[in-house]
Amino acid sequence: MTMMPLVEAKSLTRVFDVSKPWLNRLIEREPKAYLKAVTGVSFVIGRRETVALVGESGSGKSTVARMTVGLLAPTAGTVTIDGIDMWAAARSAERQQLRRRLQMIFQDPYASLNPRWRVERIIADPIKAFGLARDGAEIHHRVGELLRLVGLDPADGAKYPHEFSGGQRQRICIARALSSSPEFIVCDEPTSALDVSVQAQILNLMRDLQDRLGLSYLFISHNLAVVRHMATRIGVMYLGRIVEMAPATELFTAPRHPYTRLLMDALPDLGMTGRPRRPIEGEIPNPIAPPPGCAFHPRCPWAFDPCAVDVPQLIDHGGRAAACHAVETGRI
Amino acid sequence: MMANGQPLLSVRNLKVAFPTRRATLTAVDGVSFDIAAGEVLGVVGESGAGKSLTGAAVIGLLEPPGRIIGGEVRLRGQRIDNLSKEDMRKVRGKRIGMVFQDPLTSLNPLYRIGDQIVETIRTHLPVSEAQARERAIALLQEVGIQGARERIDSYPHAFSGGMRQRVVLALALCAEPELLIADEPTTALDVSIQAQIITLLKRLCRERGTAVMLITHDMGVIAETADRVAVMYAGRIAEIGPVRDVVQHPHHPYTRGLMGAIPTLGPQATRLVQIPGSMPRLDAIPKGCPFHPRCAFAFDRCRAERPDGMDAGSSKVACWLVAQNAAGAPA
Repeated sequence: MTMMPLVEAKSLTRVFDVSKPWLNRLIEREPKAYLKAVTGVSFVIGRRETVALVGESGSGKSTVARMTVGLLAPTAGTVTIDGIDMWAAARSAERQQLRRRLQMIFQDPYASLNPRWRVERIIADPIKAFGLARDGAEIHHRVGELLRLVGLDPADGAKYPHEFSGGQRQRICIARALSSSPEFIVCDEPTSALDVSVQAQILNLMRDLQDRLGLSYLFISHNLAVVRHMATRIGVMYLGRIVEMAPATELFTAPRHPYTRLLMDALPDLGMTGRPRRPIEGEIPNPIAPPPGCAFHPRCPWAFDPCAVDVPQLIDHGGRAAACHAVETGRI
Repeated sequence: MMANGQPLLSVRNLKVAFPTRRATLTAVDGVSFDIAAGEVLGVVGESGAGKSLTGAAVIGLLEPPGRIIGGEVRLRGQRIDNLSKEDMRKVRGKRIGMVFQDPLTSLNPLYRIGDQIVETIRTHLPVSEAQARERAIALLQEVGIQGARERIDSYPHAFSGGMRQRVVLALALCAEPELLIADEPTTALDVSIQAQIITLLKRLCRERGTAVMLITHDMGVIAETADRVAVMYAGRIAEIGPVRDVVQHPHHPYTRGLMGAIPTLGPQATRLVQIPGSMPRLDAIPKGCPFHPRCAFAFDRCRAERPDGMDAGSSKVACWLVAQNAAGAPA
């Protein structure tokens, strides 16, 4: 892509202070404790592109999502949207303008809609906040259009969220996200709370909307199959770092990083090829005290000497990147 | 039905209802299936399909006001759905073990895990405290808890989610039950841990000859674990048969839609198969076949009469289309 990417995240890092209260620390003589949720995560998202981050719980994918959309300030690193640095942008006008262009869809459609508001008010809120309509009639008209766009009836605007099923609520969330005419939407596990048949409806809708409105997505999920279906490029996260980043097809046909390989092996096999499922040994380490060197080395069957010492860097080879000493030295 | 006569568990025309002020809601409506000794039956369905309630009804753990209003449940030929609370308590744990989605619902956070296992063993088996403790340690080792001898005196909070589920498996299997009911045992776990638990579950049950009723919404887990699978929809079994047939050549339009709706890792379809609408609410289950308003192949008979258990290959399918095809063109 020669054009400037729409979204560029550069070495995003986020540290959370998880220390005990001051008095406890004093009595128990414990130092402050920090949790490095995300370390040095970089990616770019082009226009009309879907980039996905996939990983298990605690891998930091949701933290990246929240930093990218501006809900959480990074400890270090930058997020640039269309050339504007989100966290350096001058307070008022520029940042406000930027905010209109990004939206977010959350995992739980039950928790992310105000139960006391009618659907019309929920969807109209961003329109009012950004002053995108002149009067009430125009807002009403726009909300009707949005509801139709996501496959609901304009008359549904008069109802309350509890009158809808989970899938319909997620449609309302999508309509709300679209109401400020954004270019970029961060989707944090948008279908994880939904049944498969409803998930299929929502995923199809999201792809249709992308084609129609030219949206870019950052898609966060733990489900590799969903990510495979939605994304053009995929980053695999483990303990706060991207360990592999590759175009979707290549990632699945020829995974390089040991963690990605093992993750693919661990997936249940719907094709029933009789392929034995090889579980990954051990568990995800405690992020407060991660292992030295490569965080995956205690579980990695290919680990050798440098893995326990040096943190491998994410090295790009023709659009495919893996952070692994064994891959780098050609051992696997 | 499996070989050598009597199935281990036989459920016939089971109905579970919830009386409410307005009407009685039938959440499980005429479900019949068998599980042979040592067999793994997967029960799959979306939320509200009645799969967990079927499991709860079998072990007599329905939450009031829900109750069984019809049908029977037999364990090795003996009826267990009409047992007294006290008698059922002896069956539960001893002859039927349970694993739930959240390991913390099965583990008491205030007791050491060892004490919980020892108590369960001694409730069901005539052994001494010391023998029970040795047995508990052996079990914990068997489910893959390293340093079981030291960790047996830890509290549940000291274990991770995957480890807790291993403890729950040990707890469920400690009295050597004939049947294990596992309700979404891996849903709360990450894929890498999920694979560990599924592999463990399969190994333990194969070694002991324990039959399993595996309830889950995850077709992938079913495909690699179960021998047979029952697909539930709106409180009924839409299709039941050998797992390979149901997954690869589903007969019921709902099963077909469900399989097409699951994104796969293989070559990509641009669009997933979409079943229009959503599962009916319990107070508005349509007459006839409950799936007919969402079914592309529905005809008059589907709207009027309820289909049940048509033979299609080695599966049983609740669909008039299958009956019609069988009559029109014998396979």
